Amino acid sequence: MTKLPTWADVVLVPVISLLLAAFVAALVLLAIGQSPIQALNVMVEGALGSAYGWGYTLYYATSFIFTGLAVTIAFHGGLFNIGGEGQALLGGLGVSLVCLYLPMPHWTMTLLLAMLAAMVFGGAWAAVPAYLQAKRGSHIVITTIMFNYIAAALLIYILVSVLRPTGSMDPASARFPDAVGLPKFHDMPFLQDLFLKYGPDGLLKLSKEGLPTYQRVPANVTFFIALAACFGVWRLMWHSRLGYEIRAFGKQEKAANYAGISSFKIIMIAMILSGAFSGLMAINNVMGQAERLLQNSAEGAGFIGIAVALMGRNHPLGVLLAAILFGFLYQGGASLGLETTIPIELRTVLQGLVILFTGALDIMVRMMLGWFFVPKTATAKGAA
Amino acid sequence: MADTVAAIELKGISKSFGPVQANRDINILVPKGTIHGIIGENGAGKSTLMSILYGFYKADAGDIFINGKLTPIPDSQSAIRAGIGMVFQHFKLVQNFTVLENVILGVEDGPLLKSSMSKARKVLADLSREYELDVNPDALIEDLSVGHQQRVEILKALYRQAEILILDEPTGVLTPDEADHLFRILKGLRDQGKTIILITHKLREIMETTDNVSVMRRGTMVGNVKTSETSPEQLAELMVGRKVLLQIDKQPATPGEVMLKIENLRVRDIAGVERLKGISLEIRKGEILGIAGVAGNGQSELLGALGGIQNATGSVTYKGAALPLSGKGADGRTRRDIGIGHIPEDRQVLGLIMDFAAWEDMAFGYHYLPKYQKNAFTMDNEAIKADTAAKMATYDVRPPIATLAAKSFSGGNQQKIVVAREIEADPDVLLIGQPTRGVDIGAIEFIHKEIIAMRDAGKAILLVSVELDEILSLSDRIAVMFDGQIMGFKDPKTTNERELGLLMAGVSGEAGK
Repeated sequence: MTKLPTWADVVLVPVISLLLAAFVAALVLLAIGQSPIQALNVMVEGALGSAYGWGYTLYYATSFIFTGLAVTIAFHGGLFNIGGEGQALLGGLGVSLVCLYLPMPHWTMTLLLAMLAAMVFGGAWAAVPAYLQAKRGSHIVITTIMFNYIAAALLIYILVSVLRPTGSMDPASARFPDAVGLPKFHDMPFLQDLFLKYGPDGLLKLSKEGLPTYQRVPANVTFFIALAACFGVWRLMWHSRLGYEIRAFGKQEKAANYAGISSFKIIMIAMILSGAFSGLMAINNVMGQAERLLQNSAEGAGFIGIAVALMGRNHPLGVLLAAILFGFLYQGGASLGLETTIPIELRTVLQGLVILFTGALDIMVRMMLGWFFVPKTATAKGAA
Repeated sequence: MADTVAAIELKGISKSFGPVQANRDINILVPKGTIHGIIGENGAGKSTLMSILYGFYKADAGDIFINGKLTPIPDSQSAIRAGIGMVFQHFKLVQNFTVLENVILGVEDGPLLKSSMSKARKVLADLSREYELDVNPDALIEDLSVGHQQRVEILKALYRQAEILILDEPTGVLTPDEADHLFRILKGLRDQGKTIILITHKLREIMETTDNVSVMRRGTMVGNVKTSETSPEQLAELMVGRKVLLQIDKQPATPGEVMLKIENLRVRDIAGVERLKGISLEIRKGEILGIAGVAGNGQSELLGALGGIQNATGSVTYKGAALPLSGKGADGRTRRDIGIGHIPEDRQVLGLIMDFAAWEDMAFGYHYLPKYQKNAFTMDNEAIKADTAAKMATYDVRPPIATLAAKSFSGGNQQKIVVAREIEADPDVLLIGQPTRGVDIGAIEFIHKEIIAMRDAGKAILLVSVELDEILSLSDRIAVMFDGQIMGFKDPKTTNERELGLLMAGVSGEAGK
């Protein structure tokens, strides 16, 4: 197959894949008797048309960044970590334990502890499949999938039997103390004005005390941690000795062995790091948004991370952009459900199509592009 | 020969990959019923040209004529239809299929295999009789020797009615006897009117086997000559573009103290089969110990055990201290730390990460050294790149672009990257496996000189090679390996290919053949 120029590979292929996905989605909408144009308008308006919409889009994106980075790290080590969902659930447990039992006087200190706990719990949950792979050759794909189920079952047990407040009927932990709440975008002085509430008369809505009121959005300070994480993973992968060894091992295990890179060490470290990043996602949804531990707190973000990493070409910058795209699909899809008669399940269809085209059918797009690029270079050479 | 049609004629073939022009206006004419050699340095464009002929690449310009007819070859299916068969350097056989199954793979007559199988069995029997191509049709590929596997590849092509057979470096993995047999087969095929294109870098094979020879250099065809009217020296000069020393110029060795003392070294593979059955030898300072043998007789395991890649038992003493053979301290990194360097047999699988940039590979295995670190966490990528640029200049790696991926270099230049890295690390013992496999003449001369220079600098060198010429010309002592054992030690000055060949085949000196 023809090798595409880098810009085509990085920009053109995903864009065309997306357009194809959008085209098929439009066909689906037409088939159920809806207007694709209207649907697109609602999605864009709902997810990107206002600061409020962005407040949700970026909230979802934050979770996807973490799980996307998690898949990326493991992937560079030649390991396919499908266990992001379970690791995120366990990360949520770690976060909850800190928030419930070790709340600090200031949220920053609790955040640090909670991050540590999220990484330790998520990393530990990934360490078991990693060990089984490194020592016993049990395939990591199988074991991490199994560990998702175990994590879900474990969480139900803990929620029902340990963390559920007495008298509550809900399989969920108690609400975290107020002091551990993370600042949301509408709490941040430099972003606050974007979220001012206006009444139907166009005037600022004021509270009883006569102060302006703000629209509440779930996006929170974790988004900035996610940005830092992208940078961190980039430094780790392409500027550190560990990243070098992980990539070497992932590309050619035998060569890594020749160079004296221990496969046990790399499998363990890459998977624990991967699990730690999955776990970190819980800072966003458990500590940042729900403020208590719910039964299905990860909400599939662990799986979406696979698509995000795939689409982002396993590069932190790509992961960031892909995560925002999936955040848009999530929030836009929700708007569809709220504002139109299009069922919210269409959101899942959209995601499916995006994954299908950007991930699975990516090679098809490349091949088609290849036809365009071959004759062009050939004629250019012929003319020269 | 003037009256025969050209089986293949290529006119004005050009092909470039980005900025690299791999083929530039190539014209070649191969008469029907001849053996045509194509030689050239690695990266000269031979493989690209053959890939175009076999439909792997599409030429940017130029035409292909088969039997005088313009035949576009957009894919390998068309090549097969046009009667072209290819025997790759790395065989494309399904290891756990039988010979018969491999032969009919892809050309079955219908959903049920029975009729295809019995038809193929008959054809195979005929072919074996006709061309000395005897292989047991029911043997599993994995049980066959390399020489026999190659015959299966040839049979596959013939079964697909190939009239033109392309062989890419066919003798790289064969013993001298097997190679002779192959050439008898090829001559038989030619006498039956088949056309054969032989790609090789071994001048001796060209001289012995071919009728005509084409020489390529840096993407262009620099000569088309009748083999009977040329000489190895002339061909070498055409290939490289300057005079080449085919004979290595070296002083007698001055061996010093024993650096590596190996006693009763044994290695078992994963299946529990003993691959190394008690090897004992010594390597001294300032000498090259050559290990001759057919590939797969334990040489890889010997290098692996000494290089810290493979667990072993027995005892190895290095500079008077015991060398751990398994567990802690038996890894590539520790070996490098104490001064044992290793140029591995397979640069593409062991020596280089093919997807890495050249600069990343230039530090591979030494990436932890303080000189490559900025701080405890960060590597000094700029320092590695600068270091790479310097080594690329010294070792004449072409193109000298440190950011190019290793897989984009030709085999010879890949090997130079490995050689540069391992030699510049200045080890006391250097383990070398197949230093010039798939490497062109110019680079071979260079690498051989470097190895001799290492020896003269007082290093102890273990050289494993399946090229007897190489073993004979470089070694100060020769050990012959067969079936995981050492059959005997020989002095390169007094032995010859025949004698070594017999030992390589497991026949001890007095038994004869």
